[in-house]
Amino acid sequence: MDTLLQQIINGLTTGSVYAVVALGYTMVYGVIQLINFAHGEVVMIGAMVAFSVITALAGSGLPPLVIVLAGVMAAIPSCMLMGYLLERAAYRPLRHAPRLAPLITAIGMSIVLQHLALLVWGRNPLAFPQIVDNHVFGIGGAAISSVQIVIILLSLTMMAGLSWFVYRTRFGIAIRATAENVDVAGLMGVNADRVIAATFVIGAGLGAVAGVMYGSYYGIAHYTMGFSLGLKAFSAAVLGGIGNIAGAMLGGILLGLVEALGTGYVGELTDLCGWPIAHGWLAGQCADGGNFVLFGSNYQDVFAFLMLILVLVLRPSGLLGERVSERA
Amino acid sequence: MKTNRERFGLALIAIALIALPFVLASVGTAWVRITNFAVLFTLLSLGLNIVVGFAGLLDLGYVAFFAVGAYVYALLASPHFGLHLPFWVILPIGATVACIAGVVLGAPTLRLRGDYLAIVTLGFGEIVRIFMNNLSSPVNLTNGPKGINRIDPFQIGPLNFSASDSFGGLVFSGPIKYYYFLLLVLLAVIIINRRLQDSRIGRAWVAIREDEIAARASGINTRNIKLLAFAMGASFGGIAGGMFAAIQGFVSPESFILNESIMILAMVVLGGMGNIWGVVAGAVLLSFVPELLRYTVEPAQKALFGKLLVDPEVLRMLIFGLALVLTMRFRPAGLWPEMRHRRELDQDRA
Repeated sequence: MDTLLQQIINGLTTGSVYAVVALGYTMVYGVIQLINFAHGEVVMIGAMVAFSVITALAGSGLPPLVIVLAGVMAAIPSCMLMGYLLERAAYRPLRHAPRLAPLITAIGMSIVLQHLALLVWGRNPLAFPQIVDNHVFGIGGAAISSVQIVIILLSLTMMAGLSWFVYRTRFGIAIRATAENVDVAGLMGVNADRVIAATFVIGAGLGAVAGVMYGSYYGIAHYTMGFSLGLKAFSAAVLGGIGNIAGAMLGGILLGLVEALGTGYVGELTDLCGWPIAHGWLAGQCADGGNFVLFGSNYQDVFAFLMLILVLVLRPSGLLGERVSERA
Repeated sequence: MKTNRERFGLALIAIALIALPFVLASVGTAWVRITNFAVLFTLLSLGLNIVVGFAGLLDLGYVAFFAVGAYVYALLASPHFGLHLPFWVILPIGATVACIAGVVLGAPTLRLRGDYLAIVTLGFGEIVRIFMNNLSSPVNLTNGPKGINRIDPFQIGPLNFSASDSFGGLVFSGPIKYYYFLLLVLLAVIIINRRLQDSRIGRAWVAIREDEIAARASGINTRNIKLLAFAMGASFGGIAGGMFAAIQGFVSPESFILNESIMILAMVVLGGMGNIWGVVAGAVLLSFVPELLRYTVEPAQKALFGKLLVDPEVLRMLIFGLALVLTMRFRPAGLWPEMRHRRELDQDRA
């Protein structure tokens, strides 16, 4: 099996999910400069709702594709409603409060949603029912499954759709105008409240699909999955330049690739037996094909955070972002 | 000058605090332990208050410094490496290591906007936990998810903090001794905080919190002063971590998850960011909430439904989350706001 190609395929799959989730962060941030901490939990709830519906319908004899579609169709409006309620109940009252206030509220909402999900779905992960035949194709020594192909294609379609919406429609212009300057957009007749609510709802809808994709890729959905997924997606948004829609897509895919390649190679790279300088004092350890691996693939979750810190230190505005002031 | 009335009040509080463990011990030693953890979390809240309350920097990975202190203690006073240093040597080492960790984290990130800082600290907290979980190979440094046990208790001369002694008819159990030690540390930390708050540094922190650009224009070296807040908050976290390890006798990465950071933040926010007594009150209040839940919610549910529907642990996190949301919505300055905030609010009204 070709490790490089395989890790690139895996990275593209998770990366496109990160990109779709990152869009939710970046759109909200672009419009009201708020890190919507609870977005990861919205994504998680999307996966949980879809999994529940799919499990409930699994024995009904309907065609598998219809069942999965029904799950997704149940998740999208649930998440959209949740995104709307979040904005309305938690963030809108604080729009003119000091910066720290909505951020703390967002953390609070994230904890509340996570534990409500725990109450509803319990501590054990939900498993994706084996109803879809996951066919695996071989290309150039690596394997790609039909689920991976669907995830990548669906993500690209959604990103293209969002780009069209934001750059080509009247409402998209209103969103970009609000992101540019809320007050002036208001003078031009843009209803800022509606635009802000819309960014939450659109982000949540995309997040719902992302949650289902992520869950079906790993085969499980769990009430804690939103936390690390959200954090990684946020890192992706920052990597691309937060507030920048194209940046979120690029950042997501890059982060997925870095994570997959890093996880695939870190064990090999940090095996001190492969380093000539270490041979002297590790001779006993390395004899007979032994190894001395400093960091194995269990450090997978570290890559996203390290990348986030590196980007913030070296280029805080991100790859495609404009320069942001140090403090607003 | 303090009036006689105030002195009398303080004396009453002191007597009550000194007598408290014996009253609690008559109910059950478990309550002394619960009180000890309340004091420990008060210490942590006061440390985080320097960062969040005074300097206005949202730190979501504060538990990482707590973890560093705890692991330093665990490694230097347990059979894991066969080291058994006395606690008065380890606690300063733990504080120093935590302080260095704070500076290492703070230096690259402090010039960023406040909300980026929140995310980076959160990521840092996770990184520390992942490392603690995995640094059991190739060299067994932290013993991985199993954690380190049989950690030495405090020992002052012949006085062992894990054993019971009796003086003049009073039984001093282990937790009671820790209680007095924690109380002394708490007193010291409160005094340091009070002095800091009114000092040049404390006023510089507040200036940065209110308006960083204006603060810089007034000649404050904002980067160093922010770094100082980070370092001091981290050191207090490190000391609290060391004491945590000794009291528990056991540490594992499980104790240092994000939820703990959120819990400490909730204590600071609910009590009133920046107000020392508010933070103390918030920490004590939220420390006892889970215990109250355990003694009320559990039996009530069993009586009503015959089984446990809502785990008190889940309820606790729901309450912490809601406390954050509702405090920000209705009392953004906390239940017991800082005087400066209050004065500002009064001015607005006039």
